[in-house]
Amino acid sequence: MPVPALKAKDYKSGIKPVWCPGCGHFAVLAALTKAMAHLGFEKERVAVVSGIGCSSRLPAYIDSYGFHGIHGRALAAASGLKAARPDLTVVVAGGDGDGFSIGGNHFLHACRRNMDMTYIVMDNEVYGMTKGQASPTTRPTWTQSKMTPHGTGIPRFNPAAIALAAGAGFIARGYSGEPAEMTRLLVEAIEYPGFAFVQVLSGCVTFRPDQRGWKEVVHPFINDVPTEDRIKAAQIIQADEGKATGIIYASPFPVWQPENKQVTELNLFEEEFCI
Amino acid sequence: MNNNNEVSESNNSYSVAITGSGGSGAVTAGRIVLEAAARCGYLGLMTRSAGPQIRGGESAAMVRFSPDPVECMGNHFDLLVALDWLNIDRFADEIPLTDKSLILCDPAAGDVPAQLRSNGAEIREVPFKVFASGLPEGRINMVALGAMAMICGLQLEALEASVKQILQRKGGEVVESALRALSLGYNHDRRPVKAPLLPGERYDVWSITGNQACGVGALRGGVRFVAAYPITPASEMLEWLAPRLEKLGGSLLQAEDELASINMIIGASFGGVPSLTATSGPGLSLMVEGLGLALVSETPVTVVNVMRGGPSTGIPTKSEQADLDIALYGLHGDAPHLVFAPLSIHDCVFTTQWAVQLAEHLQTISVVLSDQSLGQSQAIIEIPPVPDMPWRRAIEEAPDADYMRYRVTADSISPMTLPGTPGGMYTADGLEHNEHGTPSSMAVDHREQLNKRLNKLEEFDYGDDWAEIEGQGDACIITWGSSTGVVKEARKKLRWQSRDIRIIAIRLLAPLQKQKLSRAIGGAGRILVVEQNHSGQLFRYLRAQGVLPKQAESLAQPGPLPLRSGRIIRLLTAKDE
Repeated sequence: MPVPALKAKDYKSGIKPVWCPGCGHFAVLAALTKAMAHLGFEKERVAVVSGIGCSSRLPAYIDSYGFHGIHGRALAAASGLKAARPDLTVVVAGGDGDGFSIGGNHFLHACRRNMDMTYIVMDNEVYGMTKGQASPTTRPTWTQSKMTPHGTGIPRFNPAAIALAAGAGFIARGYSGEPAEMTRLLVEAIEYPGFAFVQVLSGCVTFRPDQRGWKEVVHPFINDVPTEDRIKAAQIIQADEGKATGIIYASPFPVWQPENKQVTELNLFEEEFCI
Repeated sequence: MNNNNEVSESNNSYSVAITGSGGSGAVTAGRIVLEAAARCGYLGLMTRSAGPQIRGGESAAMVRFSPDPVECMGNHFDLLVALDWLNIDRFADEIPLTDKSLILCDPAAGDVPAQLRSNGAEIREVPFKVFASGLPEGRINMVALGAMAMICGLQLEALEASVKQILQRKGGEVVESALRALSLGYNHDRRPVKAPLLPGERYDVWSITGNQACGVGALRGGVRFVAAYPITPASEMLEWLAPRLEKLGGSLLQAEDELASINMIIGASFGGVPSLTATSGPGLSLMVEGLGLALVSETPVTVVNVMRGGPSTGIPTKSEQADLDIALYGLHGDAPHLVFAPLSIHDCVFTTQWAVQLAEHLQTISVVLSDQSLGQSQAIIEIPPVPDMPWRRAIEEAPDADYMRYRVTADSISPMTLPGTPGGMYTADGLEHNEHGTPSSMAVDHREQLNKRLNKLEEFDYGDDWAEIEGQGDACIITWGSSTGVVKEARKKLRWQSRDIRIIAIRLLAPLQKQKLSRAIGGAGRILVVEQNHSGQLFRYLRAQGVLPKQAESLAQPGPLPLRSGRIIRLLTAKDE
């Protein structure tokens, strides 16, 4: 029986987001549901997995299966789910603190494990849920947090560079102020067979009002992107100040996925112990 | 009195320790003796002791066999086989000898150290090295094995069969040489040492470690996904499971750390696949936050914690039962869950299966407290029967329009939909939530879900498997996990003196079956809580739960030395006098 095509709004759960008015994450939610509609997904075959933070609230707002786990561990939960259920489309969502600080190790290993999933990091360079502390992507001279009154004084984490070094095969950067381009990036990311990393510059109106200025500086990559060449990708990433958008790198790598095919019975293994 | 014990122990079982420096083959020889004993109709146990070296260094194999099940080492050893005397001082503590013991050694290895001579053990010398060097690929451990078999009364044919099976992967020449060495050792000195043991019945047996036995239990329970990080002394379980899961339609994922392992199995279980991880103390500490997530999102998972000496890195290669506290109380918030402890290597199969299936059925977390002494010891056991265990996860395959993932039901178990099921979509959450699964900080939702998560555990009927209870009498020993073996041994010896005691060995530690436990203790005069840790963790738990009569005493001995039955018997009898 043909099922009528779902529209973007059909993928929204109807639960009202906790986000502040004007938060960039609304645009990410909209772009993700548009991407899902564009790809024609059956809702129940999608699982959205997240950790903790403002952006990690996203699964509840999507009408699909969702897993809102603990801080920093979204990629781990998603990897277990995908290993056990390769039939599902797995999307992981979270923020810069969740993904790059407390979850940094999982980020590295998810990149190199290259399971077929899409990881969207809504990067606002601040911990919003705990009311405005510096994150790994905050510039070292940002002094607006009482916890780091002199700024962090340490260099920023460069997500794209680290994803590349860790072995990710798909790296893109989007901007919440450019929803159509973001939808395109997400469609490409979800269709990429492997671990696709999408950093979205998604401003925090409450704790980083200065990010309103992003619309002046965000621009498409002027280089010839995407590239399949790791060295070139590294140059593009390092040459850019972190505000250029587009797909930076897309290169096919072997995907890690257990086959989950039964070929024998348990009693055969039990017999190994017989004397 | 004590001597009577020892005489009886020697009549009922035979204990041999084989020691040597790294590469001397002590552990291989131990395994061959153990499996040869199995071929002669005995049950048995082999524990190992090794230094901290990764490779090389000293090692010792302790083997005990008997017509009866063997679940602990004896109070002393009948035979010490020293392949050499290097590093023997590191093991002397672990190998108590008496004037009835025999030391088998090679005169070429030097004099028997004074500390071993002091107990009056008889010394028998066999030129291991001379015999071995006369053979191509000749190994001294195989010569010693032959001499040892003659002394313990094991048939040469049984030894030969074990050598063929265990060494076959090393090739025909190695086996041929080993068989010749065995024969030289066996025939060198045929003076009998003591009357051989009564022959055992020929059981259908397995030769298996506790780690493997937990693996079997996991697979029987339906586990088809494991994520884990290597850790001593749990890794062998993972190594055993990995290739087998793959052939049973599942997989094992080696995670980047334990934080990942626990969250990976939660993800897989959310997907509908029964999932497990295995670890030891430091790993369990890292997993505790994840356990809370599984508990609140009601995503079933099982953690097998193979305990080692703690806290912190502690004593990685030696056993201790010191993780009961963290297993019971490690989680923040009100977090009722299941905690189990297998009572023997044989029981690792049943208990792990039970833990997995109850976690699935009750949609909660199971922590299984095995330990190094179970996990890394090799036992000859009767084949564990496959129990009739109906517990499975309640899966909602056709949710109606009213479906709520966290619905309050009569038995407090909410049917669960799996991803892929139309109409059953929900978001599992570590945030407190309402019946729909929507995050909620309202008092009414919190109370309702707290009650649900508690009631489903409290109201379930765990039947009689919560403990093994045996014996009768005024004195009652309460114990748990691997200490059960030595407690049973103490009871056996007391019965040789025509005295019985009651034993309550607790398999299900949480939720504590208070009424059943109180009934089992009922009227006991002496009550002793026996466990292998420093602070009496079970004793304190039972006290806090109000189930221990006032006069109860604690016998808590930390690792790494194993508890010996003599200590328990002395404590029980001394106060009577």
